Amino acid sequence: MSSLDALDSRIPPSTRRIQTITILGGCGKNGVPEQLRRVDLKMGDIVSVVGPTGCGKTTLINDIELYANGTTPTGRTVLINGEPHPEDYLADPSSNPIALISQHTNFLSDLPVHVFLETHARIRGVASPARAIEETVSFANQLTGEPIILENAMTELSGGQTRSLLIADAIVIGNSPIILLDEIENAGIHRTRALELLKGYEKIFIFVTHDPRIALLSDFRIVMRDGAMQKLIVTKEEEKGVAQEIRKLDDLLLGLRQRIRSGDELDSSYLNEKLHELGYVA
Amino acid sequence: MKLAVCAGPPTCGKTTVLRQVTKRLLAKQKRLAFLKIDVQYADEDEIFQKEFSIPTRKVYSGELCPDHCNVMVLGDALRWAEQTAADILLVETAGLCLRCSPYVEGLLGVVVLEATSGMNLPRKIGPMLSLADVAVVTKIDLVSQAEREVFRARIQEAAPGTAIVESNALYGIGVDPLVRRVEQAAEVIPPLFLRGNPPIGTCTICVGKKEIGWQSHFGVVRALENQNFYRGE
Ligand SMILES: Nc1nc2c(ncn2[C@@H]2O[C@H](COP(=O)(O)OP(=O)(O)OP(=O)(O)O)[C@@H](O)[C@H]2O)c(=O)[nH]1
Ligand SMILES: Nc1ncnc2c1ncn2[C@@H]1O[C@H](COP(=O)(O)OP(=O)(O)O)[C@@H](O)[C@H]1O
Ligand SMILES: [Mg+2]
Ligand SMILES: [Mg+2]
Ligand SMILES: [Zn+2]
Ligand SMILES: [Zn+2]
Repeated sequence: MSSLDALDSRIPPSTRRIQTITILGGCGKNGVPEQLRRVDLKMGDIVSVVGPTGCGKTTLINDIELYANGTTPTGRTVLINGEPHPEDYLADPSSNPIALISQHTNFLSDLPVHVFLETHARIRGVASPARAIEETVSFANQLTGEPIILENAMTELSGGQTRSLLIADAIVIGNSPIILLDEIENAGIHRTRALELLKGYEKIFIFVTHDPRIALLSDFRIVMRDGAMQKLIVTKEEEKGVAQEIRKLDDLLLGLRQRIRSGDELDSSYLNEKLHELGYVA
Repeated sequence: MKLAVCAGPPTCGKTTVLRQVTKRLLAKQKRLAFLKIDVQYADEDEIFQKEFSIPTRKVYSGELCPDHCNVMVLGDALRWAEQTAADILLVETAGLCLRCSPYVEGLLGVVVLEATSGMNLPRKIGPMLSLADVAVVTKIDLVSQAEREVFRARIQEAAPGTAIVESNALYGIGVDPLVRRVEQAAEVIPPLFLRGNPPIGTCTICVGKKEIGWQSHFGVVRALENQNFYRGE
């Protein structure tokens, strides 16, 4: 962890000063103006985007990643530190403060993993690429069951390996101060481990999620419907209390899943014992 | 009048990009004409005519490679577009002959590449990319951000002087910089020359003589053991 933290010092000066992102509302799917007209996120905020499938969550974070300026189909505008983005953010990846981990679970790239990462490290302006690549792969391998091998072709990676590598790449090689993650809970990765690792970084995190554990970890959440940002819910103390219980239940389920995976049986005495440990049954 | 020549491999998104560009230019009161050059089938002329009610033409290159065909017909096409009182002629051409490029010296040349096409494409398509002013990368919605950035780097390696525009062309996301380039492009002033080296003549293979072996051909030919040489008068 500490060696990963040390990499933060190489955030390029142009992006080190990121203080806020602002989303100015546009229109939902039916062309009606969004209810939420403005959302401000500041450095260190953890935000979730929630809502049913097809309601526009991915579209919202794509708008952020593209620094929408009123010309995307939603008509939204995204401001960085209160201003429209400098043109070079998109033209020069080394100055782009946003990393997006999309729902894509396969690479089309016909390169070996190390060539891909070397190229990405070079264009993201990484000072010591060899070390960053090693860190990226070891970060990724903490999230996936099957280790990634540098000589593998990118196209050979499994869905889980791909998502793990993309998350690690965004954090270590991208080293971006703003990280957008699209439904990492469906990624076939160690989600709890991913959250633990991510918590070690001071960044703006935006999670698109259906997962109560991730949603309640956030400072607030944006509720979407019909393509529009509808309301904003701040995570109150009461919800944080609920989050504690959710974490226990979630760990219980993860434990059960692990037993199934390793070929064990789930008898009622095992379940009772676990529920007892949690204080749910006497 | 201005000319923009747009080339790229089959189904890379040329038409989709040009439709977005057309929509935006028409909204700015520009008058457009559209020409499609393809080998044996194309319906873009009807698409543009129907969707935008602008003058359109198409030509099939048949036995010629589309780039050679482009060289032959472009003069006539410019005169035709001028007669329709167009401000801008947009040309969509299939890039099949990877030795030539269809762009005109001093006028706008645009190549379209799809982000899904594999990292080696920029190395394979030669002057179609390296002599273009702008490379439009389409289908960015289908790849991860990291992959998109590495693809951009591969283009820059192959064509250091070419500007890159990334787009989800289905929704016109990201095409505005291309629209600006078209608006600011240079005016057509004859005489016009093909950019870079002209295609190596109209070779006998291009005109349909398919017999294998250079002994069957005349003009600039090539044997396995040596470089090009001239055979004939
Ligand atoms: N997802 C996605 N699809 C795209 C994009 N651009 C084009 N397409 C699709 O790709 C297919 C081919 O697009 P065209 O614009 O017809 O490609 P073209 O280069 O004109 O093809 P030819 O003229 O036939 O060589 C169509 O189904 C388009 O809808 C894009 O940015 N994203
Ligand atoms: N504000 C909007 N205006 C128009 N279309 C939208 C808007 N938001 C989303 N869409 C469209 O709705 C569809 C589903 O959106 P998507 O972002 O993929 O949903 P989710 O990620 O929540 O499942 C997409 O085709 C998208 O283009
Ligand atoms: Mg989605
Ligand atoms: Mg076409
Ligand atoms: Zn040719
Ligand atoms: Zn030829």
